[in-house]
Amino acid sequence: MAELAVRCAGVHLRNPFLLASGIWGESGESLAGAWRAGAGAVITKSIGSVPRPGYPNPTIETYDRWGLLNAMGLPNPGIEEYPREIEVARQAGATVIGSIFAGDAEEFARLAVRMASTGVVALELNLSCPHAEGFGTEIGSTPENVEKVVRAVTKAVSLPVIAKITPNTADAAGLALAAERGGAAAVSAINTLRAIAIDVRLRRPVLAHGLGGLSGPAIKPVGLACVWQIFEKVSIPVIGVGGIATAEDALEYVMAGARALEVGTQVTFDGIGVFGRLARDLSGLLEELGFPRLEDAVGVAHGAGPVASR
Amino acid sequence: MRTVVPVTERVVETPSTVTLRFPFPAPADPGQFVMVWLPGDDELPMSLSYSDGPLKGVTIKAMGATTHRALSIRTGDLVGIRGPYGNRFDLSPRRILVVSGGSGAAVLAPGAERSRASGAAVTVALGATRAPELLFKERFRAMGARLEVATDDGSEGTKGFVTVVAERLLETEGFDAVWTCGPEVMMKKVVSAAARRSVPVFCSMERHMKCALGMCDACAIGPYHVCVDGPVFPAEKVAALPEFGSSHRDPSGRRVPL
Repeated sequence: MAELAVRCAGVHLRNPFLLASGIWGESGESLAGAWRAGAGAVITKSIGSVPRPGYPNPTIETYDRWGLLNAMGLPNPGIEEYPREIEVARQAGATVIGSIFAGDAEEFARLAVRMASTGVVALELNLSCPHAEGFGTEIGSTPENVEKVVRAVTKAVSLPVIAKITPNTADAAGLALAAERGGAAAVSAINTLRAIAIDVRLRRPVLAHGLGGLSGPAIKPVGLACVWQIFEKVSIPVIGVGGIATAEDALEYVMAGARALEVGTQVTFDGIGVFGRLARDLSGLLEELGFPRLEDAVGVAHGAGPVASR
Repeated sequence: MRTVVPVTERVVETPSTVTLRFPFPAPADPGQFVMVWLPGDDELPMSLSYSDGPLKGVTIKAMGATTHRALSIRTGDLVGIRGPYGNRFDLSPRRILVVSGGSGAAVLAPGAERSRASGAAVTVALGATRAPELLFKERFRAMGARLEVATDDGSEGTKGFVTVVAERLLETEGFDAVWTCGPEVMMKKVVSAAARRSVPVFCSMERHMKCALGMCDACAIGPYHVCVDGPVFPAEKVAALPEFGSSHRDPSGRRVPL
């Protein structure tokens, strides 16, 4: 079996499969459960300065196994309450990455300082939620803003900073480059694609918020393209996210340039056992294809990456 | 995907509860729930009070703002239904004690009905604040269940909490299983009473819910998610959790007292 452990953004990961932000991340017991199920690290729900209930239901539209549409609206208990949840996960031995969202660079920096004191190993900046007014994509859709926010945070904390990039733009790679200039240790791509569902009988959007974000297998090719373009532009590690359901999906992302991966929506289809399965299957697949270690496969599809020994 | 369907029947069950029936042919089992979307308003998890056949039903009790508005839904109004979700009651026990507080009967009645139909002995301890609020009293009678009633004000049956009735039944009679649904403090008492007699208890739990898919974590309790690991939990899974009978999470995920 091939070696899956990898260093990414200065963090040791026992395997590349991270619990994506927003999934299972409200409670410490859930984060601990994802860790025990085999996640390489767990990323918290995006935490803001104050408690936020999120949008009213419906917050979800389900499809067959190809996708999921959501507009949760960044619900979270707020940074005052949330550290206790992180502590529960850490007590279980979990490697925890803290995700935060804020309305401007200064608020990001303040939140980052608080989050950095909770025992997380890295921060992920939510610059990409597609459906929250004043947050997410609205902050992270121009290179200038991304660089400003990332710089403010990297100045404020010594922990590695990961910038989560939106695909709802003409140039995701340009945003990643801006994050690198701002001092990010890695970028993760992609967040959900802005999307909507309409009920024809009711003549109205299904989600209470109207617009939401699409995740799941449907968006994998889009995520791959973003990772592909980002890998060619930046020298910091890329974390691939979007529609990973199988080891082959994961390896596609790795060959496109991802050093680590986030898994979210598939948890709703397969349960949390998806983490153990993906790690086992990817290790076997790498070996079958002649890669002794995961890192040997990073970016190889570009032709410029390390060549596997056969 | 959700199915948008008309409400075909509306029954006022008690002064504070209304049953809505709607065509939803997907197979379902006693204990499972659906997400009910009231267009333009909210979407709520509701256990099926009628789970057999193509005409499903939910029984809504006025609790918060949305459920109050839900009571004004009329026949012909459209609702969105997705599901069924969650697990189900194990229908194999032959001597079942059903302990219902308030609107808990909505969750418990379908399982009692199926068990009776297969010849099981069903005893129902039915509790409410006052006599007119006793939910599904006639339905339990009609299915051939033995009925023991308790009301807080003594207007019918034993005066006091239904747990007193349940404790007495557990002391004097043999049961293979207890099913309970109602306020968690009540279920907690039922769990301890049954534990002293070594009778297994199954609690139908309620938490704030958003996705119902085991993803968003809103309904997390201990290591479980009520939407996919429940809503029916064997008591040994939940009884030891500090949250049981004590706290839940508000929509932001903060732990708040029940």
